[in-house]
Amino acid sequence: MLENTSIPILKLKDFLLVSIQIDLHDRIAQQLQQDILERISQTQAKGVLIDISALEMVDSFMGRTLADTARMASTLDSEIVIVGMQPAVAITLVELGLPLGGVKTAINLDEGYELLQESLKEKASEKQGLEEESEEEEADDSGSD
Amino acid sequence: MIVVPIKEESDIVHARAAAKDVARKLGFGLVDQTRISTAVSELARNIYLYAGEGEVHIEEHPDSHRGIRVTFIDNGPGIDDVELALKDGWSSTKAMGKGLPGAKRLTDHMEINTQPGHGTTVTIEKWLAQ
Repeated sequence: MLENTSIPILKLKDFLLVSIQIDLHDRIAQQLQQDILERISQTQAKGVLIDISALEMVDSFMGRTLADTARMASTLDSEIVIVGMQPAVAITLVELGLPLGGVKTAINLDEGYELLQESLKEKASEKQGLEEESEEEEADDSGSD
Repeated sequence: MIVVPIKEESDIVHARAAAKDVARKLGFGLVDQTRISTAVSELARNIYLYAGEGEVHIEEHPDSHRGIRVTFIDNGPGIDDVELALKDGWSSTKAMGKGLPGAKRLTDHMEINTQPGHGTTVTIEKWLAQ
């Protein structure tokens, strides 16, 4: 019945790109969640852009699946950005009581890509800052010997 | 009237697509079409999750208010405490508890008739602006 419905996940440098072009069944949404997390783990992707511009509605199940996927991805050190939500879908989601709290969103793919790049840079500079700090500490330690 | 039987999960998709189509033909704008299809999705999923099977009836509103009326009928276990089921975040299963309260907020009128052990009928209406 619903066999060939898997949604392609493309790799683009450090990121993954998913474009949802079909009305999502509950089961397909869950399968997609699993597929995205597996691909993150395989590719060490630092970010995932999920384009939902073709989705005409997002109900509570889909919304929660997307939000859960974003939280799960962050535990794998990857970041999800939901891209291209239609205004009618945004209005309905908030009225439904599910404002996708904590999930990063962008108006289109370009903006989503920028967002991921920036956040990657921030992470890198934070990491660098930490390394420098520990180097300084080491230097202090050797100085006191 | 369009009748969509709910037997398997994919029927949720059929019900919301059919409702959106009727709403569009009746003259609802895009945001209202989205509200209607989302509410139908929530309530059709309730049938699938709680009763296993049932029917969704989609029709033009018959009287004073011009608009759409969608009725969700099942012979499932019924709802013990309707007031509790209408509370946000409450759910008797692993569902997210947005179904009934969410669908109510997205529509202009909701009516629930239920008897524990004898099924549930939920009717929602969305009215066209006069």
